[in-house]
Amino acid sequence: MHGRVKVKTTAQQEEEKKKEREKKLKVYVAARDACFSKRKDGVLDDEALQLTQQLLSANPDFATLWNYRREILTHLETVKDEDEAQKIYEAELSFLESCLKVNPKSYGSWHHRGWVSARLPRPDWARELSLCDRCLSLDDRNFHCWDYRRMVVKMSGVPVKQELEFTDRLIGSNFSNYSSWHYRSTLLPLLHPGSPEPPPSRCGGDPPHSCSPPSPQAHFHRVCEEQLLKEYELVQNAFFTDPNDQSAWFYYRWLLGRAEREEVISCAYVSREQERVAVAFSRPVNAQSGGLLLVLDGQPQRAEWRSVHPHFKHSPVWICDLPPGTISDVANEHNLTVHWTEKHTHRDCALYTGRSESWCRDTATDLELFRSELSVEKTSVLQSELQSVNQLQELEPLNKWCLLTIILLMRALDPLGYEKETLAHFQTLKEVDSVRSAYYSDLCSKFMIENTILKMEYAEVRVFSISDRNLTTLCHLDQLLLVTHINLSSNQLRRLPPQFAMLQCLEVVEADNNSIENLEGVYHLPKLEEVSLKNNKISTLADLQPLASCPKLRRLDLRGNPVTQTANVESELAELLPSVADLLL
Amino acid sequence: MATEDLPSDFDIVILGTGLAESVVAAACSRVGQRVLHLDRRSYYAANWASFTFNGLLTWIQEQNEEPKPEEVRDWSGLTEEGEELIHLSQADSASITNLQVFSYASEEEEEEEAANTTEEEKAADEEVVKESSETESADSKEEEEEKEGAGEEEEQANQAEGEEPEADQPHPSSPGQSEPSREKISYAQLVKEGRRFNIDLVSKLMFSRGSLVDLLIKSNVSRYAEFKNVTRILTYRHGNIEQVPCSRADVFASRQLSVVEKRKLMRFLTSCVEETEEQTAYHGRPYLEFLRDQQLGDNLQHFLLHSIAMVAEDTPTEEGLASTRHFLRSLGRYGNTPFLFPVYGLGEIPQCFCRMSAVFGGIYCLRHSVHCLIVDRDANRCKAVIDSRGQRISCSHVVMETSYLDRSKVATPPRFLSRAVLITDSSVLPSESNQQISMVTVPPEGGSPAVKMVELSSSSMTCIPGTYLVHLTCRSVGSAHQDLSPLVTRMFRTTESQEEDRRPSVLWSLYFNMADGMASQVEGQPLPSNVHICHGPDSALGHEDAVQQVRHLGSPGPHRWYCVKGYHGLQLFFFCCFQAASIFQRILPEEEFCPPAPNPEDIVYDGDNSSTGEDRGDMGQDDGQNPEQNQNQENPDPEQNQNQENRNQNQENPDPEQNQNQENRNQNQENPDQEQNQNQGNPELQRVGPEESPSSS
Repeated sequence: MHGRVKVKTTAQQEEEKKKEREKKLKVYVAARDACFSKRKDGVLDDEALQLTQQLLSANPDFATLWNYRREILTHLETVKDEDEAQKIYEAELSFLESCLKVNPKSYGSWHHRGWVSARLPRPDWARELSLCDRCLSLDDRNFHCWDYRRMVVKMSGVPVKQELEFTDRLIGSNFSNYSSWHYRSTLLPLLHPGSPEPPPSRCGGDPPHSCSPPSPQAHFHRVCEEQLLKEYELVQNAFFTDPNDQSAWFYYRWLLGRAEREEVISCAYVSREQERVAVAFSRPVNAQSGGLLLVLDGQPQRAEWRSVHPHFKHSPVWICDLPPGTISDVANEHNLTVHWTEKHTHRDCALYTGRSESWCRDTATDLELFRSELSVEKTSVLQSELQSVNQLQELEPLNKWCLLTIILLMRALDPLGYEKETLAHFQTLKEVDSVRSAYYSDLCSKFMIENTILKMEYAEVRVFSISDRNLTTLCHLDQLLLVTHINLSSNQLRRLPPQFAMLQCLEVVEADNNSIENLEGVYHLPKLEEVSLKNNKISTLADLQPLASCPKLRRLDLRGNPVTQTANVESELAELLPSVADLLL
Repeated sequence: MATEDLPSDFDIVILGTGLAESVVAAACSRVGQRVLHLDRRSYYAANWASFTFNGLLTWIQEQNEEPKPEEVRDWSGLTEEGEELIHLSQADSASITNLQVFSYASEEEEEEEAANTTEEEKAADEEVVKESSETESADSKEEEEEKEGAGEEEEQANQAEGEEPEADQPHPSSPGQSEPSREKISYAQLVKEGRRFNIDLVSKLMFSRGSLVDLLIKSNVSRYAEFKNVTRILTYRHGNIEQVPCSRADVFASRQLSVVEKRKLMRFLTSCVEETEEQTAYHGRPYLEFLRDQQLGDNLQHFLLHSIAMVAEDTPTEEGLASTRHFLRSLGRYGNTPFLFPVYGLGEIPQCFCRMSAVFGGIYCLRHSVHCLIVDRDANRCKAVIDSRGQRISCSHVVMETSYLDRSKVATPPRFLSRAVLITDSSVLPSESNQQISMVTVPPEGGSPAVKMVELSSSSMTCIPGTYLVHLTCRSVGSAHQDLSPLVTRMFRTTESQEEDRRPSVLWSLYFNMADGMASQVEGQPLPSNVHICHGPDSALGHEDAVQQVRHLGSPGPHRWYCVKGYHGLQLFFFCCFQAASIFQRILPEEEFCPPAPNPEDIVYDGDNSSTGEDRGDMGQDDGQNPEQNQNQENPDPEQNQNQENRNQNQENPDPEQNQNQENRNQNQENPDQEQNQNQGNPELQRVGPEESPSSS
């Protein structure tokens, strides 16, 4: 039709674009080669600066060129005076700005900017801060910019309050932003530090023992209660608005949480018969470095500490064998002290006349060990938090974050009292989030074990029984150092993990009706006498190998395991486990 | 005055530069039609225009002038055998009525002002005096009216018909009496900086996923304009202005809602995106009932009904839901509200389409009209037109705005819009930022219609810093003043009152009624089949004709229509776009409507077909000669504009591009005396080869 504007065809356009691209590539390659040869020759001149600038503005992610540029700049710095250097670096900053426009997430550009800012004779931090603000308003999750911003804030000493207001603003515009929430979590304790509370410590345990000095909790990560209440409100607004956004939930968990326990010796145990000392820590440590000292009756001992299983370089439980005869005489009384020099903490333990063993420790209940993920805030605060999350759950009965938070709050408030509700919520969780059902099973197992430990502590017994609880995993085994009998029957366990070797006092294991196929953790248990593994999945003789390290094992029940079908199983086992007198196949 | 004659042969002659006509012009030029686009006014965009403050004062004056008697001339010398004439109207006297101006700003320095504005000012003053006296006695009012002169007769007549003014009539401080100086902006300042105002006659916002935005993007017309996202949605409730939480961030930040309400609102908004059986069960029943049964509570019901769906209480559920969905679809595309507003005012939009038309060869003349159509009696087709200079111009199609039809052929528009324009000194809901652009919904109350209010800050480039431009729109019940002034006196300070009064003060206000273009009907003998009528700015799409038309043509389904129906008079661009598209379809059934305009560098110029790109290099790369290309680089589409804008906002230095636009704009506006703006400001046109350029053939 006449009068119509003629437009190039796509093929024509393609052709032109292709030509353009080729032309561009030629120029680029030539410049690159020129740069490389200059660098090889050690030329550090303005022309090289020009060339690299040209290349980097087309491709800001060329690390070698940034390096070359830094070489040139450091050289120029030595030959120019301060004012000139300032000018050069300022030019560099505006060049970097153009690079960031090409790729706002360029590692090279941000790193170089940090480098330049740090070298600038008279840095203009306000400008840098406003650059960060601008970048973050365009993309509030640009972590490069967040990193750079933290550096700028640190260098220029921006008041914490101002930074907190900044996070307010970003969270206000989009609360699905881990960076802002996380930044907040680092700022709040600085601005509103929590007041230290009296550290709880009480001595427990059966035989005579002595108290260790109180172990103070770490407080510097806490936030004062008044501010906490405000934060609860803020984060509730977020998760009520969008309960499927996990960033708010994670922040909420941080708010409810408390600092990790400090590294202390939670238990010292001594056995006269084995002439062995076992030490449990509140956290896994490496005691092989020589930080753990043993003093026996005032005499420092040359003790060889080892973890309970060769797998562990770090372990919460460490043992050492005393030279034969040191404490074997029941008529003697001994006083032990273990010093953990790394944290300047120690624990005493007295082995009285006539006693075959002794220990000193904190009880699990005292330290509320298993609430360590949740707050020590006043019960009333937690109660009202639970109420509002329950309210949300009524509106969103199938929201997994909500359910999980309810479980955590219930555990913080009264783990035993809410056990039934907790189990029901876990059931729902597994249904609504079936992809993670194994995770929930493990978590539930953990909570069940914690509850059982608490019950055991209240009952003051050394028997740990947790049968028919759908356990899928074992944990907190370091808390079971003193247990003599353990019953894990009718669960869904698949292995007795290496940590199982921490049960240094164990005499009897019942683990019938599980799916155990691996016994790695039944390793060098000095007192173990009976092992019952009926109806499990142990299939080869090699799987039973660890048992051979337990010197006192005399009864083993393997009925209902595939291994019983092996040829010559009886004779093979007799050879493998000579101490076992009572073998049931 | 240019004496040069226009070419005597066009494919399409378009009368009126309102939105729909401009879209038709752009669409036709784009596919190679030779378009002559005329407007008898001295400005673009007809009733869609935006004016500077001074421009608006002139416009007001023009509206008050008595239309010149239409000279009847004998054109029979220009006709041939078998042809007859249809005379067109030469003035648009019916579309604007009940014009009233009130000034509350301090009058100091008035004497120093230019003569024309003083005169205008006096007119306004008299009006003010008259208004205050109205309450005293009807008789004295009559007397006043006599003095006002013939120009305002119509207005007065309308007023006389209306009810007696309410007791809370504004009582502005008497003119001349200087107010206590609280650094208030004086009237003189408004006039002095009047250029920085861009006051729209029609107040509408664009849905981010509405038909107009789609069209702007599709056709690449968006490159000619910049847009800002409306920053917040407010509502008037229990005498207070409240922010309506509609986006996720708003809901999160809202202080009025409890956490449970937040959850309920978010859940409702998420759930209503998809149609459920529960919703279907409410078909035909009021939306309010549906909302109530969702147990949302009063707060949320108000927000959802009046501010999000923007429908009446008795609107059926399916329509309410469709409106809600449309709102939600647009939400978040460019920001936290679903609306866009063109920087420099709504008048930009028709002009952008005109520019597109001009780029593709359309010829433009302002202050130029057509006296009559020449119709072939047998074929009942319009063969040619006779323009206002008596030239016969042949054409195959004529497209015109309703107001060009002889008034005797048009039934009096049964519906009007009531409009108020206020210049105020602060925002109705002050916040940290003084650069908010707010949409305010005022639900219907006690028989008064629902009012849509748009408050523009200086960031929209429609008013000077320190002032706000407030547009109020509703369907007319009485005159604009009767409909809107009670609300204005409730929300704003129109009199001197105590310091505690935190309400914004009105500095200046204008009330008028505008014909609801949609509602006009063509009567009498049918027009020739190749004459197409565009309706003016419209309010609601509430009548069945429009529905049937839309349904009949089939392209946008009934569902789409529902999306539109709810938004009385505020965001109704859908019909304009639809109207333009259907006219285009009738004229050129085979052609695509507004295909993307090519990038300037991809255009092949005459004799350029066989040559390589290098040959063309000089022309294509000459940036100075090619504003088109510049524009293109800066503003590929509104989506990017928005980004651009954000970036600009963050930069300390004011954006040079914006300044440039401002300048361009001012240039356009400064040349009203140029009688014939042929090829106005379009160097591109010269580059269209001689074969393609209609002017040379």
